[in-house]
Amino acid sequence: MHNPIDIAARATPRPVARRLRGLSDRAIAWIFVAPTIFLLLAINIFPLIWTIRLSFTNYAANRPNREVEWVGLRNYSRILTDADTWANMQSTAHFLIWTITFQVVIGFTLAWLINRKFKGNDLLTTLIVLPMMLSPAVVGNFWTFLYQPQIGLVNYAVEAVAGIPASSFSMLGPGGWARWAIVIVDTWMWTPFVMLICLAGLRSIPDYIYEAAEVDRASKWRQFWTITLPMALPFLMLAVLFRGIENFKMFDMVTLLTGGGPGNETLLTSIDLKREAFEKWRTGYASAYAIILFVTVFGLASIYVKALNKVKER
Amino acid sequence: MKIAQLAGSAAIALLSANAAQAQQTELTLCWAAWDPANALVELSKDFEAESGIKMKFEFVPWPNFADRMLNELNSGGKLCDLMIGDSQWIGGSAENGHYVKLNDFFDANGITMDAFVPATVTGYSEWPKNSPNYWSLPAFGDVVGWTYRKDWFERPEIQAAFKEKYGRDLTPPATFAELKDIGEFFQGREIDGKTVYGLSIYTERGSEGITMGVMDVLYSFGFLYENPEKPYEMEGFVNSPGAVAGLEFYKSLYDCCVAPGTSNTYMGEGIDAYKSGQVAMQMNFAFTWPGFEVDPNVGGGKTGYLVNPAGPDGQQFAQLGGQGISVVAYSEKQDAALEYIKWFAKPEVQSKWWSIGGFSCLRAVVEDPAFATSQPYAQTFLDSMAIVKDFWAEPSYASLLQASQKRFHDYVVAGNGTAKEALDGMIADWTEVFEDDGKL
Repeated sequence: MHNPIDIAARATPRPVARRLRGLSDRAIAWIFVAPTIFLLLAINIFPLIWTIRLSFTNYAANRPNREVEWVGLRNYSRILTDADTWANMQSTAHFLIWTITFQVVIGFTLAWLINRKFKGNDLLTTLIVLPMMLSPAVVGNFWTFLYQPQIGLVNYAVEAVAGIPASSFSMLGPGGWARWAIVIVDTWMWTPFVMLICLAGLRSIPDYIYEAAEVDRASKWRQFWTITLPMALPFLMLAVLFRGIENFKMFDMVTLLTGGGPGNETLLTSIDLKREAFEKWRTGYASAYAIILFVTVFGLASIYVKALNKVKER
Repeated sequence: MKIAQLAGSAAIALLSANAAQAQQTELTLCWAAWDPANALVELSKDFEAESGIKMKFEFVPWPNFADRMLNELNSGGKLCDLMIGDSQWIGGSAENGHYVKLNDFFDANGITMDAFVPATVTGYSEWPKNSPNYWSLPAFGDVVGWTYRKDWFERPEIQAAFKEKYGRDLTPPATFAELKDIGEFFQGREIDGKTVYGLSIYTERGSEGITMGVMDVLYSFGFLYENPEKPYEMEGFVNSPGAVAGLEFYKSLYDCCVAPGTSNTYMGEGIDAYKSGQVAMQMNFAFTWPGFEVDPNVGGGKTGYLVNPAGPDGQQFAQLGGQGISVVAYSEKQDAALEYIKWFAKPEVQSKWWSIGGFSCLRAVVEDPAFATSQPYAQTFLDSMAIVKDFWAEPSYASLLQASQKRFHDYVVAGNGTAKEALDGMIADWTEVFEDDGKL
């Protein structure tokens, strides 16, 4: 009689209880799930369908008085045949590939080094994760100063190490360095995130596996390749997925650092999309652009998640 | 006696109620966050005292100003009752119903556009251009000009070195060719133990910076936006030989005479470079000039002001800046907003506006005999306002602007392609925009 469920059931107001009594479990389940489904439809699915519809029109959100025309596939063909779009895709791919590569290599190495017991371990971990706690706006402005050819530390460091005069080159200016400059900043900021995920993976490996390997006289190198890496791989792949999705959307930090320049060198697709949608107000065109990017990310992410599941099943 | 007391009480209550109602009215004025906005806050205290209407301000830094405010207008937002919007917004804001048309209000209150500097009326108030349809009152006149380190120019050893190299006196440049010579002369020179550079010019990529800078030069080299006889015909005008030479010249200024790392600079960076003694000459809007006069490093007679130099054929134009003040159509306090505009248009208010750092557009103020000598930069401002040209103010100005930003930055800063290719590409981009708009 004092079961909490019974108490809760008795607390249900009688009229409500009477109405629910005739409903099946499935119907009650639907009642509970309905608000979530409604919200999902309203916030995600409806805007997606609306965006698809807009992508076939010349609609401009800032010109409500203009007649909206159905333009068929024109927006899509314009985007896909525009050399600038492909150049922006290349810039995005360069940013994605290199940031993820550096972050995975450095993040995993840091996690592996920190996954040992030594004095000051906690303090060191806290210091390493500091950059990812900063706002991208702060990081963007901060690195703009670091990259400044006359007062920036980066140029002075290069001068000290390589002997190249500090004011003779600009990391954010012409000369081909800008693409690498944004990769460096993103790597500095987000490597700690990858490190934390890898650390979780490394700490989830039971010690007895290593002990068994020691008994079998497996070398450290072999232990790394046959135990550490395979068992931490699902975590590593998860980190790659998170960083991939995040960096595909990269906007704030790069806007602050380069504004997409010099020329279009660091004009990532997300920056271009924002300009089309909210500066030029070509809503129809921007909708088509967004759908193309959505399909690209969704497709790549689906393939990747399948691969991730296979790795987990191993 | 009782009746008299009652009547007295009623009158007091009525007056208090009116005063309370006026106190309750609060107007929000939206503008960019910069020095003139602070001056306007100061000026508006008089309006508050006079009308009992409280003024609130929403100022957004320049790099985000257009984004933030155009979003506000496009979404029919009620944040702003009064908007001091950029001159290029006028077409879109008029055609899309963001601004209240002011013709009837002006007529009813005896405000005439003849009382304002003609270029500011065309630039800030009219849409379509050159038609008597007014959507704003010229509020803040602005134009791109140059400042130079007068104290450096006057130093005998620098003058002697310049004369030796160029065979003429070091004077403020009258032509762009002379300006480049001066930029080259100062580039990398040691002054007071510090390495200085020649020029600060606009190179910003994200919003409008490099377009404002390039256009400021291109006009004087013969660039035209379109065929004067046939609107929207751009071939041979945007990419005329003069325009190509102008763009090449701008790139040569960037290559020869700017400080290292200035690949993304606009107004703020220009101010910093000049005030810190990094450059000898600086391209910037006139609004920056009052700030230099009071600066401990470059104020007190150390700065000279210069109208945009002439091009190779003697043509001399300058890029218009500045804004008009408009009533937002979505405001629920339009009457109070119009009251503010009526007050702002008064000659005595305009006169005070100028005295505290606002660049008035009222002819009674700028044509006053005492105006030219009222500030060291007053005459330069007047002369510059007489030669202004402005970027497209079409409803699709943002698309046109983004195209020019991309083409100019790609050529001037990134060094890709040729000037002709950049201008040809810009024509292609602009043609697409006008085709989408049904104008071609």
